[in-house]
Amino acid sequence: MDSGHIAWMIAASALVLLMTPGLALFYGGLVRARNVVSTIMYSFISMAIVSVVWVLWGYSFALEGSGEFIGDFSKIGLSGMDINDGEGIPDLLFVVFQMMFAIITPALITGAFVERFKFTTYMVFLVIWITFVYAPIAHWVWDSDGWLFKLGALDFAGGTVVHINAGVAAIAAALLVGKRKNPGLESHNVPYVVLGAALLWFGWFGFNAGSGLKAHGVAVNALLVTNTAAATAALTWGILSQIQTGRMSAVGVASGAVAGLVAITPAAGSAGVMGALAIGFGAGAICYGAVLLRHKTGLDDALEVFAIHGVGGIWGAIATGIFAVAAIGNTAGAIEGNVGQLGIQAIAVIVTILYSFIATFIILKILDLIPGLGLRVSETDEDQGLDLSSHGERAFVDDGAD
Amino acid sequence: MLKIEAIIRPERVGEVTEALLDAGCSGFHYHNVTGQGQQQGVKVVTGRGGQIANRSAVPKTVLTTVISDEMQEKITKAIVDAARTPDSGDIGDGKIFISSVVDAVRVRTGESGEGAI
Repeated sequence: MDSGHIAWMIAASALVLLMTPGLALFYGGLVRARNVVSTIMYSFISMAIVSVVWVLWGYSFALEGSGEFIGDFSKIGLSGMDINDGEGIPDLLFVVFQMMFAIITPALITGAFVERFKFTTYMVFLVIWITFVYAPIAHWVWDSDGWLFKLGALDFAGGTVVHINAGVAAIAAALLVGKRKNPGLESHNVPYVVLGAALLWFGWFGFNAGSGLKAHGVAVNALLVTNTAAATAALTWGILSQIQTGRMSAVGVASGAVAGLVAITPAAGSAGVMGALAIGFGAGAICYGAVLLRHKTGLDDALEVFAIHGVGGIWGAIATGIFAVAAIGNTAGAIEGNVGQLGIQAIAVIVTILYSFIATFIILKILDLIPGLGLRVSETDEDQGLDLSSHGERAFVDDGAD
Repeated sequence: MLKIEAIIRPERVGEVTEALLDAGCSGFHYHNVTGQGQQQGVKVVTGRGGQIANRSAVPKTVLTTVISDEMQEKITKAIVDAARTPDSGDIGDGKIFISSVVDAVRVRTGESGEGAI
């Protein structure tokens, strides 16, 4: 084991954890003032619940065993894992790093159903979804025995496992929970949105530059291309909003940065800086278009989870097949003549979309039918706002009676 | 001249605005308040130990506008119809207070009386 690798991976794990409260602020700023605590809690409670699930059985199901489709029960409660086991970094550090990814993925989905989803049901959903949707897909893509891994699909830091998965699950959730009764027209707090996006950007350095599990040249390249793609996509989105509306929207630039970060995620271990510029530009333009199209549908994916994470993730996965550089990640992309890589990337995308949508749909449908659960709060609770009705707290108290 | 102050549900503001514009009232303002009426207060969690208190803290919106006397019936009806919970109404739908106004002055021109509202 190498102390340099260990030091970087401890720091990278902490960086990835910070993305979840960053996401909480990003989403929290976009909703109405009466639903801020609720929106933030959807993310924050994931840190509590998924952490426990992960050490008990999540890790073992996702990344252990020799099956092609799912892990096994061998590391339940991390049994038998010694602190000195591991090559490069301790196995327990790998458990922690992967835990942070499992935490943020279901938190991303919540953007689809904010301002109306029942909190108690959401807590049950977290446990079931991590077990039956996240763990299998993580196994397919990241475990060396997983079938997509063996097929040669490139997903350095989780474009399929995290972003396409969350983006598609978001559609299933938005479909089943239905539209908000009275959606707000404006974000209630733009500084929260920008601060949240900035924390995501910052944490993403751990997400992408940590995904090689080493402090090496590929990690430095990942850091560079991550920043480059985020910047390019933020700029692209900002310019498009300038052209369309005559003003550059701060929420737009923040959303563009997130779209760029999503798209570079699968490519961070294989694309060079020129590829990152192209991927960032594509993410800004394509996700901007996806948001416009979403508004034409009746689907109330409230905070554009599919348009940004789903579409951005799909673009990133395909773009990885185009812009992969053999000198960086040992696999060439279409631009270096390996057109077949595109087909492999497409298979990984399609399979993730199908499995995530169908499995999430079934899970939510069952939760909806269980007496005492159900997906949606009552109409009165929705009118009052979920901060008071679900949590008995308010984000902003200035009623003169204090 | 009359001043209308209507306490309404925040979620009905959109409907009430539309109804006021339709009724020919184009000048009004809103402010968000908290308080309690027959609906009573709300339970809030007050501390980290999980204490719960009843607070006079139901979020409401107050609409204020000044209108001419002959508009009274039309405007109050517009507000009542738009602010009432659909179907039969519900406790917490709000109240309207009407009082007389002595004078109004338009700052730009200095004109006063009904012409200024």
